[in-house]
Amino acid sequence: MPINILMPALSPTMEKGNLARWLKKVGDKVKAGDALAEIETDKATMEVESVDDGVLAKIVVADGTADVPVNQLIGVIASEGEDAKAVAAGGAPAPAAAAAPVVATPASAAPAPVVAAPVPAAPAHNGARVFASPLARRIARDSGLDLAKISGTGPHGRIVEKDVKAAISGGGAKAAPTPAAARAPAAPSMSEDMTKKLFDPALYEEIPHDSMRKTIARRLTEAASTIPHFYLTVDCDIDVLLAAREAINAAAPKNKDKQPAYKVSVNDFVVKALAVALQRVPDANVTWTEGSILKHKHSDVAVAVSIPGGLITPIIRKAETKGLAAIANEMKDFATRAKERKLKPEEYQGGASAVSNLGMFGMKNFTAVINPPQSSILAVGAGEQRVVVKKGAPAVATIMTATLSCDHRPIDGALGAQLLSAFKQLIENPMGMLV
Amino acid sequence: MTTPYDILIIGSGPGGYVTAIRAAQLGFKTAVVEREHLGGICLNWGCIPTKALLRSAEILHYAQHPDAYGLKIEGKVSPDATAIVKRSRGVSQQLNGGVGFLLKKNKVDVIWGEATISKVGEVTVAATKKAPMLPQNPIPKGVLGAGVYSAKHIIVATGARPRVLPGIEPDGKLIWTYFEAMVPPAFPKSMVVMGSGAIGIEFASFYKAMGVDVTVIEVLPQIMPVEDAEIAGVARKRFEKLGLKIMTSTKVTKVEKSANEVTCHIEDDKGVKQTIKAERLISAVGVVGNIENLGLEKLGVKTDRGCIVIDGFGRTNVPGVYAIGDVAGPPMLAHKAEHEGVICVEAIKGLHPHPMDKLMIPGCTYCHPQVASVGLTEAKAKEAGYTLKVGRFPFIGNGKAIALGEPDGLVKTIFDAKTGKLLGAHMVGAEVTELIQGFVIAMNLETTEEDLMYSVFPHPTLSEMMHESVLDAYGKVIHT
Repeated sequence: MPINILMPALSPTMEKGNLARWLKKVGDKVKAGDALAEIETDKATMEVESVDDGVLAKIVVADGTADVPVNQLIGVIASEGEDAKAVAAGGAPAPAAAAAPVVATPASAAPAPVVAAPVPAAPAHNGARVFASPLARRIARDSGLDLAKISGTGPHGRIVEKDVKAAISGGGAKAAPTPAAARAPAAPSMSEDMTKKLFDPALYEEIPHDSMRKTIARRLTEAASTIPHFYLTVDCDIDVLLAAREAINAAAPKNKDKQPAYKVSVNDFVVKALAVALQRVPDANVTWTEGSILKHKHSDVAVAVSIPGGLITPIIRKAETKGLAAIANEMKDFATRAKERKLKPEEYQGGASAVSNLGMFGMKNFTAVINPPQSSILAVGAGEQRVVVKKGAPAVATIMTATLSCDHRPIDGALGAQLLSAFKQLIENPMGMLV
Repeated sequence: MTTPYDILIIGSGPGGYVTAIRAAQLGFKTAVVEREHLGGICLNWGCIPTKALLRSAEILHYAQHPDAYGLKIEGKVSPDATAIVKRSRGVSQQLNGGVGFLLKKNKVDVIWGEATISKVGEVTVAATKKAPMLPQNPIPKGVLGAGVYSAKHIIVATGARPRVLPGIEPDGKLIWTYFEAMVPPAFPKSMVVMGSGAIGIEFASFYKAMGVDVTVIEVLPQIMPVEDAEIAGVARKRFEKLGLKIMTSTKVTKVEKSANEVTCHIEDDKGVKQTIKAERLISAVGVVGNIENLGLEKLGVKTDRGCIVIDGFGRTNVPGVYAIGDVAGPPMLAHKAEHEGVICVEAIKGLHPHPMDKLMIPGCTYCHPQVASVGLTEAKAKEAGYTLKVGRFPFIGNGKAIALGEPDGLVKTIFDAKTGKLLGAHMVGAEVTELIQGFVIAMNLETTEEDLMYSVFPHPTLSEMMHESVLDAYGKVIHT
């Protein structure tokens, strides 16, 4: 029986990906485990592996195709003993009937299989029936879209052709907005053409969005417009911390190339301090969902890493349990692989809070947008010498301003203040992190 | 100056009065201004009275062919122009009274006179220049008169009137519009009908049935130009079999009048000229919007080719001024006007109606045989870039049609091959105007061919042809 190769879901939230290139040609023999194609998601490049032996009979989605919905048929393998040409000509049977799971593994890591399951004929919508017109159902099925993720504009919220087409052109099956949001008239935003008309085409260069830019735009627009943000700011005296850092780095053992085993940055202290603060104020170590608040046991702290063309937020898991050196080395590894876009989805998805540090650019203070499912993010400015009042007299101290953005749904003002206050206490007394 | 209205509608045609009732239901203080007859052209001079005339034609046709049904009629059956017209006027009168009753029941004020929008939010009504048509359309009791009325929202629903070709101006005697054609004092011996749209072809059909020698002249290559070419072709064959003379790609260049006859100078697309003499000429070359004397120019309301420009919710470019129906552009159909009106007031109320999708508006022509359609024609669907699956089913294959003695006709369905979307449905034959609604619902619910195939159609009915046509598009037809 021919085996359908479907666009794999490389992560639970992946809706679509780009088929970067095929690693096999039509007619090539493939063995189970062979890499068939490279899939580029918003944040990583992965390989699709064959699950069986056979011959690549047909390529359905060509190299360089962008925005291929998850579970869409991308190619067909003829099993051993089958005529590849006949398989290609006959096409594959309906995906739901005969799709063999395709295992996708990160290109650079030990197998962490993510199985792309075929789309069920009637997708569950929290178990409830999804109301959609027959035509909308068919177009969604043919495009591999999950109707449960599309919001309908027809009578009683029924999904109609227009909605599915909008989801296809607007980037996969969008998360359904809340009913209130769906009913509110959309703010009139300028169309692409209207915007372009304001400028002379000779005087700009047009750079199409890549998948990372689209993801950043979509997620942060959603975050900024749906999360009620509030901001808390505190100044931290980091002279003690700077001295401790110097001592810690000086004590690092060196290998035979005279390279130190670690080099702790101020940011590593910030990550550690936030992680410990989240343990001390556990009610702020949370994730908001529609039905409940998830109170986390460990402190998973995301760190925004700027990379060419965008940014990514790898997560230091259980950061409260890790030493500064471990955090420093983990960050170094993340930063290197992030720049190559080789991070695995599980390395950048999740987290309860985050750190965004623009101190290296001399920023004194700023506010950051929360990246769900996180419920807060700490925006860290530069440590700079300022005149402060100490014991009634002016004195010079190194001050770092930190601003915490909080999601007001799970975190009230006083709770956020407790978290930031715990953070300040730790960052000013770094020895406290050690106990 | 009276208390301000929330909604004031100018014109009580099918668009205006339906809008008024819906507005009143929504709790708006509503008034409608009318200058001559409640119910407008549709009810008094259009859709309704022509259906009454065509019913007489239909019964006459059966009575003239009793043998086809195993019957014998002793003596002669002949049409009586006066009685036929009287019946038709009676139908209009009954419905005209019904509109007055419905408006009263819904507490809609009726203001009698000619309206001008003096400024945004204000309408000045002058005494009407048109005499009430007695006995069937008197001025209703309890109406308000001339004066200045203020309203938050003013909806123009003034409809349309026959288009006039220069040099061929209707004179009410030899050159008729639908007004005169509706109330003939007697049937002429011969007639030329200029224009083969719905109005032209219905009158041609009626007068032909009444024994008049009728010639239809159409400037385009196809009769009923908005219809699917194949359907129009089937209709044309049938018309010609019934004795109608049809000349397409032909225009009337000049009309000469004598005492009781017109001479039409005509020319075809190859430049061949000839003349046709007939006792009467009906000018049915379309309608134009009634946009004059309303104060629209002064307000700066945007118009285009004789119609007011609106958005999907009836809004003009001037806030507080709306337009619906014929005056707001084609298709100029009563059911389109009604829907636009309801959408307009529901949007004003802040409900969220869906804007009008003009592709979903069916069109019906009540000639013999009838023609009905919705959606894209085959040519338009191809033009739009679709790959098509087209199904056809002829009346000759349907048991009910044979039993009725109506074996001529065709049901045609057009699908997008890629998605199974029903793009259009077109029919010609007996009772198809009553059938088309099935496909209208199918299109509105976005059914695919599958849902239509899975639906059970009752036997024996003409509707089975709708099913078979869908089956045919996918190579599954049974009865051909």
